[in-house]
Amino acid sequence: MMKLKVQDIEFSYASVPILKEVCIELAASEMLSVVGPNGAGKSTLIRCIDRILKPQRGIILLDERDIKELRLMELAKKMGYIPQSTSRVFPATVFDAVLMGRRPHLGWRASEKDIDKVLETLHMLHIEDLAMRDIDELSGGQLQKVFIARALAQDPDVLLLDEPTSNLDIKHQLEVMDIIKNIVREKGISAIMAIHDLNLASRYADRIIMMNSGKIFAAGNPDSVLTPDNIKQVYGVEATVNNNNGRPYIVPIRPVK
Amino acid sequence: MNSRTETLSETRTKRSEIREEYKRFIGRKFVFIFSSLILIFIIAGISTTLGSYPITVTEVYSIIWRGIFHNPETTKEIVVWNLRLPRIILGILAGVGLAIAGAMTQGILRNPLASPFTLGIASGAGFGAAIAILLSKGIVGGEYLIIGNAFIFSLIPTFIIVGLTRFRRATPETMILAGIAMMYIFSAATTLLMYFSEADAMKAAYFWMVGDLGRASWDALLPVSIVLVGCFFPLMWKAWDVNAMGAGDETAKSLGINVERSRIFIMTVSSFLTASIICFTGTIGFICLVAPHMSRMVIGGDNRFLIPASGLVGGALLLGCDTIARRIIAPVILPVGVVTSCLGGPLFLYLIMRRRREYW
Repeated sequence: MMKLKVQDIEFSYASVPILKEVCIELAASEMLSVVGPNGAGKSTLIRCIDRILKPQRGIILLDERDIKELRLMELAKKMGYIPQSTSRVFPATVFDAVLMGRRPHLGWRASEKDIDKVLETLHMLHIEDLAMRDIDELSGGQLQKVFIARALAQDPDVLLLDEPTSNLDIKHQLEVMDIIKNIVREKGISAIMAIHDLNLASRYADRIIMMNSGKIFAAGNPDSVLTPDNIKQVYGVEATVNNNNGRPYIVPIRPVK
Repeated sequence: MNSRTETLSETRTKRSEIREEYKRFIGRKFVFIFSSLILIFIIAGISTTLGSYPITVTEVYSIIWRGIFHNPETTKEIVVWNLRLPRIILGILAGVGLAIAGAMTQGILRNPLASPFTLGIASGAGFGAAIAILLSKGIVGGEYLIIGNAFIFSLIPTFIIVGLTRFRRATPETMILAGIAMMYIFSAATTLLMYFSEADAMKAAYFWMVGDLGRASWDALLPVSIVLVGCFFPLMWKAWDVNAMGAGDETAKSLGINVERSRIFIMTVSSFLTASIICFTGTIGFICLVAPHMSRMVIGGDNRFLIPASGLVGGALLLGCDTIARRIIAPVILPVGVVTSCLGGPLFLYLIMRRRREYW
């Protein structure tokens, strides 16, 4: 049974079409990367799936149920969204920021159980030492971990990530990707992530979707999607693709004139 | 094996440490709220004994105590019960209400400069009051006409902004810009009205806008307290939503919050609260901007605690300023709006300069 099915989604901003006939299937415990050039509709797709944006057409099924029929709070218990670490944040302690992830579960008071859940999540991401720090004082990498912790505190089945590694140095990129990979493996959570770095996508994703101007151009395992020909057509870049431990490794050479 | 148990117990101690620290963090907020409450009682106690008619501290308290059971008869009793107490209580209620409305407006608009006044409320109220003052000269019940008019006109900008959100999404930017536009429109209308009016009426209208507790009476206290209580609970209930909006609209939506509906609801409740107060006091502006900031500097931005805390700080601040306004060049009583800005401004600047960390 598929965890998440996206069928024929269309979305436009004031009659400018952004997404056209997008279909996606996501299995439980699967990590799916969405790649594509700027403006391809990656972030819009992620936002449509979490109902932050409402697609004009199409259906999104979560566990065979149309998400339009779910109440917002119900959906928030099943899907967690992780914004880019560049998002502007307001001062709050890391603890409070992660506790916010319990919002769909709690009434008005945060119970001991909610506090336990926050502590557990902080521990899982190794950011316990930051607990009482203010989030506006954190580095991009630390902040991204806080965002992941908040989404995990929601106890979701599906994680949606919007370019989780943009703005991070290479160490934090790997740390964040490893964390996500482990969560997907160990907790049986499925993840969809929009990502710019083709090599990170290739290395970590089970499957890749390549988008171009609002449409799915190619989909499948990294080998079949990340080919020199696809990269040339979608990005307009000549590239060689090497094999690196069984995964394709892309070396861009020059933009196509 | 041994080392594993060790790390496990290490994890446990660490967790209970963070838990303890978090509890202390929450505890400090309660301490602040409680101290502000005590502060209000102290200032109120002092304020009741001050005035041009000499009454000693002990007399004041025995008069208050007796007045609960008897109607005031002597001059001293009438001074305390009909002049000082309503003014003091109105000062507290108005400060609490304005500060809460300010904290919530700043939260939903994610803007440190925002207050209900940014949404055009004050200009609307000023225009309403000016119409009433300039037209009602000599009409019996003119005072009620002013109150009613100020109330109705102060809510017009709110309704227009809510109406606009049918066409444009209710983003903070749209709402602030619409509010500012409203402010200009109503200010211009008021100026136009004053331009064609007599000097006396113009002075009255102008002073109404400065804000003053001098019109306080027991009649005003009942509606103000009902509205305050009626608005406090829905706003407290929405505290989590405002917290989530601080993390950005998208994050708030992903946490299951209907961001736009919440924002409009909170704006409407805050506006209603502000309108119900300023129609009795005139536009006392500074409190709703400053009290939330002062509270945030001490206890942080968690709205579950910020709402009561800024309310109490606002109450203490307004009451303190009014006490000064009554005494500083006695027997002349200054309008409190002047004192809040004259004293509150420098105090606020000082706090901004010496704050140790970014709180906004």
